This record gives sequence, structure tokens and C-alpha cells, in this order.
Amino acid sequence: MLSIKNLHADVDNKSILKGVDLEVKAGEVHAIMGPNGSGKSTLANVLAGREGYQITQGEVTYNGHDLLDLSVEDRAREGIFLAFQYPVEIPGVSNLYLLKAAVNSIRKYRGLDEMPAVEFMKLIRDKAKLVDMKPEFLQRSVNEGFSGGEKKRNEILQMAVLEPALAVLDETDSGLDIDALKIVAGGVNALRHEERAIIVVTHYQRLLDYVVPDYVHVLADGRVIRTGDKSLALELERHGYTEMSEAAASAIEARAVS
Amino acid sequence: MNDTVRAYLDAHSGAAAGLPGGAIPWVRQVREQGLARFSEVGFPTTRDEDWKYTSLRAIEKHRFIPAPDRPSGLTSGDLTALDIPGLDAHRCVFVNGRFAPALSSLDRLPAGLTVTGLADALNERADELEPQLGRLTPHNPNGLIALNSAFLADGAYVRVARGCAVDRPLELVYLVHANGQALALHPRSLIIVEPGAEAVILERYISTGDGDRYLNNTTTEILVMESARVDYYKLQDESPKAYHFGGLFVHQDSDTVVSTNNIAVGGSLARTDLAVSFNAPGAHSTLNGLYIGTGRQHLDNHTQVDHRFPECVSDEFYKGILDVRARGVFHGRIVVHQDAQRTEAQQQNKNLLLSRQAEVDTKPQLEIYADDVKCSHGATVGQLDANAVFYLRSRAVAESIARSLLTYAFANDVINRFALAPIRQQLEQHLAAKLLPADQGEVGM
Repeated sequence: MLSIKNLHADVDNKSILKGVDLEVKAGEVHAIMGPNGSGKSTLANVLAGREGYQITQGEVTYNGHDLLDLSVEDRAREGIFLAFQYPVEIPGVSNLYLLKAAVNSIRKYRGLDEMPAVEFMKLIRDKAKLVDMKPEFLQRSVNEGFSGGEKKRNEILQMAVLEPALAVLDETDSGLDIDALKIVAGGVNALRHEERAIIVVTHYQRLLDYVVPDYVHVLADGRVIRTGDKSLALELERHGYTEMSEAAASAIEARAVS
Repeated sequence: MNDTVRAYLDAHSGAAAGLPGGAIPWVRQVREQGLARFSEVGFPTTRDEDWKYTSLRAIEKHRFIPAPDRPSGLTSGDLTALDIPGLDAHRCVFVNGRFAPALSSLDRLPAGLTVTGLADALNERADELEPQLGRLTPHNPNGLIALNSAFLADGAYVRVARGCAVDRPLELVYLVHANGQALALHPRSLIIVEPGAEAVILERYISTGDGDRYLNNTTTEILVMESARVDYYKLQDESPKAYHFGGLFVHQDSDTVVSTNNIAVGGSLARTDLAVSFNAPGAHSTLNGLYIGTGRQHLDNHTQVDHRFPECVSDEFYKGILDVRARGVFHGRIVVHQDAQRTEAQQQNKNLLLSRQAEVDTKPQLEIYADDVKCSHGATVGQLDANAVFYLRSRAVAESIARSLLTYAFANDVINRFALAPIRQQLEQHLAAKLLPADQGEVGM
């Protein structure tokens, strides 16, 4: 579904991604872990198409097409969803309106008519239950005055409504207490599906107790330095990033020498 | 005296004899004082602090001609297209500054509500107008308001009798039907709301031809007497080439509740000078404003609130949206006079610039001479939040729609302060039409 090859990206002429390789197939859950500044969020944002990132090398293909060629909105319409690390507050635009605009925009792209109002409301109410969100939240302005946990739940609600083919969760666990974390993880797990891939970007192993990944990748200094199964996350938890980065660095040096 | 001023004086001497109420000494005096003031000061210039950001040079260059005093040939059918959907109102229409009874619908007026042309009122019952007409404007008005007084002839005369709660909004439509002529118009209106009365009053400034360049120099005086309530709207949506100057003078007696809702979307150069004066304690005034400019429009709002007596409240909230090369000006002056203890005065002006070439000058000005007061003000100028645009796009919303939505959202909180629902809907449509690509339909957030 998603194939990233030798991806290099700069921000303000500073090299952040220095050759990322990643293959993600439908039905899989991948965790990308790494210390602050390793390029995790850059990778998530590059996939969603945020401005301010210069791709200097490499390629990203999504369902066989060049992803980097698509506009932000077309990526969303093609089924890519980014759950934001810092969801944006939009005073004056209600949650409900945003969801309606999003759903119908995607339907239009796929040649479908707008969703009938009754069907839409039922869909939203069902999905809101999934993340334990009260109906009155739907009438409120997007994320305005929401607590950290409410904002993250709102991201998962949007994801549940839009039913993306590829979901990228950028530090969705950050700033959550354990109850909110369980609700968010429950929402994510409910969306696991054989036709859907999920990439979970996280600093901590904690979320992975609840959303168990098929693969764990460790990103350090703009490269994937190790890939393994869920046990790799536990190993990281025990030994920390520094030790692993050093080991990887000496391995790279050794390769360079030989 | 320059040639431009002389041209207006010449036009005046040609017209003066035929103006209504010309034989009545006090009416003549109002005109003569206006004329004397105008010949003394002429048009305001940018050297005048109150006109620093708004140049009238373009107007001085043009020779505008007085509106012809003959029927426009318009029928009520021509006006249907100008209806505000959902607005069920008593309607009084003025074409090129003249009362047009045949185009008005005043057959359902409740007892206690008088609505007629000012010229007719001057001819038939001038005594009734004498205490107020020309008394609510400042003693030393700017040249445009003086010019309006000099040419004072017709416009609306509205009187809401003591205790009368008017059953539906009163819509005063000032329609300019210039037919390609560069007309100069000076509509003058007087609105008196007697003690305990209640009314919703809408003044609309519109035109039939989008290409018409004319000068519409309006003045409206409003007296709100003890315990009366007025919800007032000014909706200026004139030809994109029009010059509009509006003096709006509101005097409030004790325990009155007034909201002025001042909306400017049309015109090439449009300015409103709104002055609210509290003439007794315990009055409440809300000043809402929204100006939306695009192209090379220049939209200026000058407001002044005079707290002359204790325990009055003013709450002012103006928002501006400027796109392309449009320019906005907001100058909000609040004066709390020495005796106006326990005044509460708030003022906010927020502006959204949608393009790099758009510009706004905002100038809040508080002058406080009393010591026991609560006052605050704030002004902001900003652009659309790039993070919010990205967020919406990442939810499949097209960039153009995302920008429109956010612009709409910016205007939303001031639009929500307009109590009259058809006005809110009208503005929503206006914004949608101005901001959304044709195929996107209603916004309805």
C-alpha cells in the first residue's frame, strides 16, 4: 500500500530525514518510535503533505502512485488520514460542519452524491460513541476550548468517520492520562481492518500496550536504524534510545569501513 | 474657495428656491448654516486627523450633477429582485433621494407609526420636525455633513409614538437609479422614537447599475427617547463604483437600549461616521459593525461614543475582512466625560487580511475624564491561520473552501450579534457568493 524509498527531507535547509525506507501493507499496524528530533513527526507530516518540507531525494508511492505529487486534500480523498500531534482549534466552524464537509468532499471525489442528512447523523452518533464523545461536542467549534484528551479523541472520531485506508497517528498518546489513553486506543483498535493500514508514531511504548503493532521501527537521526516486532518496543523501554542509537551508529561505521 | 466647492455652491443657488419648506425660516436656517459651513471648510482633506487615511481627491475631480426631479420609471416589479429573502417589513422606498410612495408598501402601518418622505413632512407639518431636524448633527460638522444640510430636501421621516411597539421591521430603501449619470445625492432622514416605544429599523443603500459612479452623501438623525428600544441596521451595498458618505447621529435618553448594526460591503469609497451620544444616565448602546472589501474598495468606519452622563454602557464590536487590494479604516473614539461616573465602555476591532496587498488602519481612541469607569479596547490585524488551512485540507476540504470557511468563521461572531435573522442569512449568502467557488452551494455552519 505504502512504499517509502530512501526518503530525504529538509526543513529550513536543515536535513531531517536522511534516507527512510518503509514498506506498509494493508491490514498491518506499524509503530515508528524514536527520540525527540529523530524525524518521526516530519515523516508523518511529509506523508500528509504539510508545507515547509523539501523532499531532496527518494520517493513515496501509495497504491502504486506517486504520493508526493498529490495535493493535501487529494491525499485525504485517496484515503490518507493524519491524526495531528497538536489538533488545531477552529473557532466558528462546528465539528459537525467539518465532518460533513469532509465526508461529502470525499464522496464527491469518488463520484458519489452527498450523504443524506439522516444517514450522516446516524453515522456521526455511532462513531461518537466509539470515543465516548457526548453529542453536544459535535455542535461546538472544532477543538475550541477542548482539553488535550478531548482533542485527541476528536482526532480519532474524525478518523472513524472518514474510514481512511492509511491512518498515520502522530504522537496521539502524548499528554493523555491513562483513561483517555484507553479510550483513544479502543477507538484505534476498533478501526483495525484487513484493508486498512495504521502507522503509529510515538515516543513511548505505553500506547503499544493497547494498540499492539505488527512491526516496530526505530527512527534515529533521520533513518530507520532497526525494525522488529512488538518486542523491540519493550527492548527500547528497557535500554533507551541512546544505547540503541550508539549501537546502530557503530554498525553503520563498521559497514562504511569494510 | 476652490472650483469644486464653487461648483456645489452654484448648484445650490440653482436649486435652493425649489427645495421643500423653503419659506420656513428655521428650515432655511438649517440649509444656510450648512452652506456657510461647507463653503468655509470644503471637503475634508487628509491633513484633517479624522480623514488621514481617506482621501477625497477622487470625488473632487468629478463633477456630479444634482439628481433630476422626475419619476424614475421604476415599477415595484423592478424592486422585487432587491428583496431580502424572509424579511417581512414595512417598506419605504426612495429613488435618487426622493420618496417614492408608489414603490413603497406602507399600507399596513400600525397605529402610532408615522413613515413618510421628509419633503412631504416639511410641507405639511414642519413644526413637528423643528425641535430635532438639524439638531442632532454636530455643531461644527465636517464638509460632507454640512453639504447634506445645505441640500436638505427629502429622505425619510419616521416617528414611533409613545409606547408603540412596531409589529415588523421598518425597511428604508435608498435606491440610486443613476442610469449612467454621475449624480450627487444628499438624502436626509429623521427618526424619532418616543418614550417606551420599540422598533427595528433598517436603512439600505443600494443601486440599480453596477457600473454607476455617483456621490451618495447621506445623513440620518435618530433620537431615542426615554426607555425606548431600537434595533437599527445600516446595510450599504451600492455600486462598486459609488462614493458613499453616511453621517449617522444617534442620541439616547435615559434607560434606552439601542443597537446599531453597521454593514458595509459595497461602494468604491464608502465611509460612515456614526456618533452615539448619551444625553441622560442609564442608557445602553451596542455598536456592531462588519465591513467586507475586495478589489480596490476603500471602506472607512468612524465611530464616536460620547458618555456624557453616569451609568451608561457601550459595547462596540467591529470586524473587517479585506481581500485583493482593498483598504479598511476603523477609527473608534470613546469619550467618557467628567460626570460620566460608573461608565462601562468596551471596544474591539478585529481585521482579517486575505491578501498581501490588502491593508487596514485601525485606531482605537479612549479619552477618559471620569475616575470611576470600566473601559477596555483592543484591535487586531491578522491573516488566515496556515495551520487551520492545512488541518481542513488534511480532512479532504479543498484549499479554496478551507479559506472561505475560515473567513466565514471569522465573521461569524459579529454576524451572530445581528438580531434580525434575514440580515444574518443575507450576509451568509453574500459571504458565500464572494468567497466560495460557484459550485459549492450553501455554507450553513
